[in-house]
Amino acid sequence: MTHRRVVITGIGVTAPGGIGRKNFWSLLSEGRTATRGITFFDPSQFRSQVAAEIDFDPEAHGFSPHEIRRMDRAALLAVLSAREAVADSGLDFAGVDPHRMGVTIGSAVGATMGLDQEYRVVSDGGRLDLVDHHYAVPHLYNHFVPSSFAAEVAWEVGAEGPATVVSTGCTSGIDSVGHAVDVIREGTADVMVTGASDAPISPITMACFDAIKATTARNDDAEHASRPFDGTRNGFVLGEGSAVFVLEELESARRRGAHIYAEIAGYASRCNAFHMTGLRPDGNEMAEAIRVALGEARLPADSVDYINAHGSGTKQNDRHETAAFKKSLGDHAYRTPVSSIKSMVGHSLGAIGSIEIAASALAMEHHVVPPTANLHTPDPECDLDYVPLTAREHRTDTVLSVGSGFGGFQSAMVLARPDRSVA
Amino acid sequence: MATNTFTIEDLKRILLEGAGEEEGVDLNGDILDTDFEELGYESLALLETGGRIEREYGITLDDEALTENRTPRALIAAVNTHLEVPAAA
Amino acid sequence: MTKVVVTGLGIAAPNGTGAEEYWAATRGGKTGIGRITRFDPARYPSQLAGEIKGFDAERHLPGRLLPQTDRMTQIALAATDWALADAGVRPGDMSDYDMGVVTASSSGGFEFGQNELRKLWSLGSKHVSAYQSFAWFYAVNSGQISIRNGMKGPSGVVVSDQAGGLDALAHARRQIRKGTRLIVTGSIDASICPWGWVAQIAGGRLSTNDHPDRAYLPFDAEAGGHVPGEGGAILIMENADGARDRGARVYGEFAGYGTTFDPKPGSGRPPGLRKAIELALADAEAEPGDIDVVFADAAAVPEQDRTEAEAITAVFGPSGVPVTAPKTMTGRLYSGAAPLDVATALLAIEEGLIPPTTNVEQSAEYDLDLVTGRPRTAAVRAVLVLARGEGGFNSAAVIRDAR
Repeated sequence: MTHRRVVITGIGVTAPGGIGRKNFWSLLSEGRTATRGITFFDPSQFRSQVAAEIDFDPEAHGFSPHEIRRMDRAALLAVLSAREAVADSGLDFAGVDPHRMGVTIGSAVGATMGLDQEYRVVSDGGRLDLVDHHYAVPHLYNHFVPSSFAAEVAWEVGAEGPATVVSTGCTSGIDSVGHAVDVIREGTADVMVTGASDAPISPITMACFDAIKATTARNDDAEHASRPFDGTRNGFVLGEGSAVFVLEELESARRRGAHIYAEIAGYASRCNAFHMTGLRPDGNEMAEAIRVALGEARLPADSVDYINAHGSGTKQNDRHETAAFKKSLGDHAYRTPVSSIKSMVGHSLGAIGSIEIAASALAMEHHVVPPTANLHTPDPECDLDYVPLTAREHRTDTVLSVGSGFGGFQSAMVLARPDRSVA
Repeated sequence: MATNTFTIEDLKRILLEGAGEEEGVDLNGDILDTDFEELGYESLALLETGGRIEREYGITLDDEALTENRTPRALIAAVNTHLEVPAAA
Repeated sequence: MTKVVVTGLGIAAPNGTGAEEYWAATRGGKTGIGRITRFDPARYPSQLAGEIKGFDAERHLPGRLLPQTDRMTQIALAATDWALADAGVRPGDMSDYDMGVVTASSSGGFEFGQNELRKLWSLGSKHVSAYQSFAWFYAVNSGQISIRNGMKGPSGVVVSDQAGGLDALAHARRQIRKGTRLIVTGSIDASICPWGWVAQIAGGRLSTNDHPDRAYLPFDAEAGGHVPGEGGAILIMENADGARDRGARVYGEFAGYGTTFDPKPGSGRPPGLRKAIELALADAEAEPGDIDVVFADAAAVPEQDRTEAEAITAVFGPSGVPVTAPKTMTGRLYSGAAPLDVATALLAIEEGLIPPTTNVEQSAEYDLDLVTGRPRTAAVRAVLVLARGEGGFNSAAVIRDAR
């Protein structure tokens, strides 16, 4: 069997700070932050009152009233990014056999926002234990089972091949793309529209992270509240967003003269089998995922030009992954720029893995490494080059992007220029 | 019910409700100076326990209260400092 | 290509827990459907469900796990224990990276989420549990199974409504073919709580009939929606060579898989189920004539029954293959349904017996050889299992004896 290689030919991003791929890259390359005091609801009862929200008017983006009612915000964000990715790819979707085209969408918490809102309605504001079905909206089932996200994207692009939602918590955005890569490699599909979306900024999400003090309480300085790798960090800033890609088999992308952002050369996911929320400081399982992903890409550790970190801004995470980078890349870890875009766009749970893959591909496109914003006070236990405050021009041909999430999931993906990895 | 002092019995009840009991651990034994980790309660269990104490007694514990007080005796003392503060203060 | 086999079954179904009890009930046509007992359903138009009776989580799980787990996770952890024991696998004896976990979910730990939403909106944000951050989410079963059993290999979670149950098994096979020795896979779903019930009522496909033997009648002229249930199956999947080397008992092979998504409503293109069946057969290098029985998805919504009957007839010919739906005894278990059907298929292969579709009298509209009323003795070597999810997800799998 010939080895089928998979490349990114289209990117769509809907992230805090500006909708669309270009606005997203401006934010990152200028080192601006999109975190702010929560405006979606009155946050006064919550410990953490900051978030990275998107100013998004679905009607202005052409969604019909029916679509806006039917879809949770996360589904709308997914479809919007899918549209941009499809247009960006230049691929004639009408010319692709629909059964050879599939969809995977990652999401950690599905239609949380819609469920939170609708629960309030059917329970009369929490008063009824036996909630009242008379007040349920007809699309409630779409919120109940978030595979509706994959369905919406498949309808949007006309895909009739493999379709699913991948939901591995905060690594969903990497695992969804990894899943799509596997599907093309094994020959089940030729084109995959893949990525992730989450819109978790709702009271129930704020409350659940408050309860474990995972989110920051730096409410008086919302713009600078997300501080990965900084010695003063005290939790992550919740975000929202989506990124969607068009993936194609390398040879057919080349034949049609497509613009190729990057090859997805390697991917692996491992579990720490330790704790639902905690991490061991040794970073062993993330290191293992990185080693396996590099092995699949047939690239040596010292070929990595840039590490797009998980960098959530919790002390435990930052130290865990710093250890993982050293363990997997050896001394090369000290020579490699590492940054966390969560400092600018927050942590959008399952979506962020795909948004970070988009940032990684755009870093390769521009040979510019996005910075870690708000990094003023180094943490002595995090002693790598975290690209503080300002973006850096840097030859970037191979990127390692990693994620870590509740449930113990650790994922790693290697992006490379197709001519750099040896088939 | 919330009372003016927080006792080992209160703590045991809240631990059982919020985090269950580790196999092989007897909460009715002499546990006052045993590390929570040894009793089978990790950070998450302690956060749940802390949340329950805060709700039941109407107090707010410091962020460090659950990480720095590693034994039932220390945590009970920390909770009681909050209960001794007059409500009006 | 690497053969992937099933070596362990962990079954939790409304009409029986454990393979033995479940199979005795299923071959005997015993139903697990009844009036809901987990809450008072009197105010709702649908009042029947397939509930798992007598599952006492305290008997199966350590006390520390109980407050932080939804019912579906408690059942999944117990079912995993049963499946591993059945497979003769002690996780501690294997390398941790050689074992992974791939499950499906439909609505996560919905009852846990319901309770926390109620606390949030009736009492305030400080009343929300520290466990809410993960106890309800779709990935929780894979995470908890990997932690409890020390499994560090590749893991995954797919959500494609009822089709997801087969998609998870296919993804497990994919991971084994990429080099992992053993994957714990399958799914357990359970959302029989008022909030989950209301969401399902809103979906518009629940039966409103109050008689357990008249409420869920796929392919019947009186089909009027389905009865939901809870449970499913956890399976141990292994590389066939590895299973043979350790002398494992092999139930059968996950031999073929195909999946499609229906065209957007109104596009005029044909539905995708037939294509999924053809892909699964091709993947298994099987001809339609090699299939001894089809386990139907059995939506019991007339339009969907028609689509399924037409797809089966198009591939196998009129009455060209026995068809059955043992889920008439359990209700539809969402992502748990297909793993349970695969387990049932393996038990059917073992005994040479096709379990019945209960209570159904086939509508004259369909030309299926539907096995109704009583089980049918037959040599069963290969089974086609179908699963569909709301919105247009179609998955098909070929399960074959271990030859």
